[in-house]
Amino acid sequence: MANDKEQKLVRVQSPNFLPEKELKNAPILEVSHLGIDFGGLTAVDDFNMVVGQTEICGLIGPNGAGKTTVFNMLTKVYQPSRGTIMLAGKDTHSMNTIQVNQAGIARTFQNIRLFDKLTVEDNVKIGLHNSINYGMFEGIFRLPGYWKEEKKSHEKALELLSLFDMQDLANDYAGSLPYGAQRRLEIVRALATNPKLLLLDEPAAGMNPSETQELMDNIRKIRDVFGIAVLLIEHDMNLVMGICEKIVVLNFGKIIAKGTPSEIQSNPEVIEAYLGKAATTPGKEA
Amino acid sequence: MKMISKKSLNGFINYGIIIVLFIIFQSLLSTKHLSSSLSGQLVPICAYVVMALSLNLVVGFSGELSLGHAGFMSIGAFAGVIASTALSGSVTSGGFRLLIAIIVGAIFAALAGVVIGIPVLRLRGDYLAIVTLAFGEIIKNVMNCMYIGVDSNGLHFSIQDANSMGMEPTGTIIVNGPMGALGIKKLSTFLAGTILILITLFIIQNLVNSRSGRAIAGIRDNRIAAEACGIQITKYKLMAFVVSAALAGSAGALYALNYSTVVPKKFDFNTSILVLVFVVLGGIGNLRGSIIAAIVLTVLPELLREFQDYRMLVYAIVLIVVMIVTNNEKASAFIKGIFNKKSKEVA
Repeated sequence: MANDKEQKLVRVQSPNFLPEKELKNAPILEVSHLGIDFGGLTAVDDFNMVVGQTEICGLIGPNGAGKTTVFNMLTKVYQPSRGTIMLAGKDTHSMNTIQVNQAGIARTFQNIRLFDKLTVEDNVKIGLHNSINYGMFEGIFRLPGYWKEEKKSHEKALELLSLFDMQDLANDYAGSLPYGAQRRLEIVRALATNPKLLLLDEPAAGMNPSETQELMDNIRKIRDVFGIAVLLIEHDMNLVMGICEKIVVLNFGKIIAKGTPSEIQSNPEVIEAYLGKAATTPGKEA
Repeated sequence: MKMISKKSLNGFINYGIIIVLFIIFQSLLSTKHLSSSLSGQLVPICAYVVMALSLNLVVGFSGELSLGHAGFMSIGAFAGVIASTALSGSVTSGGFRLLIAIIVGAIFAALAGVVIGIPVLRLRGDYLAIVTLAFGEIIKNVMNCMYIGVDSNGLHFSIQDANSMGMEPTGTIIVNGPMGALGIKKLSTFLAGTILILITLFIIQNLVNSRSGRAIAGIRDNRIAAEACGIQITKYKLMAFVVSAALAGSAGALYALNYSTVVPKKFDFNTSILVLVFVVLGGIGNLRGSIIAAIVLTVLPELLREFQDYRMLVYAIVLIVVMIVTNNEKASAFIKGIFNKKSKEVA
């Protein structure tokens, strides 16, 4: 509640204030001149990007280009050295990871980070944590608030799981799930936090072609059902070119290309970044 | 729903075990089948079970190694003794005074838990363990130089010596520095201890299976992911730590009110480690294991009296064997195999 109030206040005061009607079409994420230095090394520099309300965007680039660093800055695991991140018209500069999550960014991780020793259902319920409303004493003494909220969260968790056909796995331990199911569970858990923007860090890593195809359908389904934006990092070009409406290509911490999948595919700089420079013939050199 | 009932079934089995054990020991006690040394151990066993359960909340569910848990027991013990002695005039019912003493002990230990938890929980892993160890020693040494007395003007307090409290000659000294609390009226009973275990189980089991408990376990399993799910790390770590400290404090009050004297030295590093042994041996995060380990390891030295000088040697060997058996896949598979065969034969 307090958070909502705060958000409204800031929105009114901020120069980026937009009337409610326009806000609907406004971008959910506006990143401008974002940069970060680690010691003397500039990992990402002058990163600009806009993500629409229900857009699926891709962030690609060779290994070490700084893609995950961008995610870490968006979720405030790292505090950016320069630039601004506007989430739904609100500057996230003073927020920490937890506040960014409550403001509407949820993410998955490149190396899966589940709560291994908890059940699938409990993993989702931890995602629902901030929408479940009862305290420690109500929990210990099993007051009516506990039963009401637990019932609600149980139903909500199963509903979210059923979206990915995982409701039958609800009582299994997260650590014992097969790899693909773990990746899906991570997405469900992120969705449970009720985000406006979902960040997926290599969701198709280690998946076979049919699993990747299923994942693509699922990502589209998430966008359509929840009406949220998705920003994803991926090396699987079939997936990126298949579902992204907009792609940003990063190399050595700098954006080298932006555009639709077809524009990116024919961009010579992108091809160079991925495949290397075409060898110049000795004759020409002389 | 199936899982919830399974979880609560597990909880009810734990309550059942405690109640059955109580009935067995109580009937042995009333029919005088229990040796005097063992019957004197009943209340301390209850206190150690509560200690093991409370430490399991920190070590097993919150995933932080605390080596100073006896410190909270100490605070609870002395706060409880002071409360019960100070109220001995106004509250005549012994049971009610014990209840007040346990609650006072829990409150003071919880306050200490907050004060210690805020700086300590900023650390991780080994560093946290070492700092909790240091705080445990600090508490022991502070208690060692505390002088507290009561007279008709109320409580008096000093950290120099008994005379500098400026009490009336009729006043009684409750805590006398390194000599500890003297002349305690014995209030703890086996029944009270059993009830405290049941309450402790109730609090921990319900906490663990609630929103807060999930957050605590989530932080243990993956701190970064928990943060990304919008969980306030410090809040929930502190919650586990303070609840655990409060329960340890209540165990301390129960323990202290079982004896006529209690010295601060009792609650030292050795006691912290002993409780940690209960937790590790019983299985980290396993409440039933903690209960059984605490009971067996407190009774074992008594049962081993016939080995006389070799008592502690046998005790150590038993510890090692149990550790190997519970942590070795082959050994546990072997034992499971034996049991399975037996059950098949029975069938």
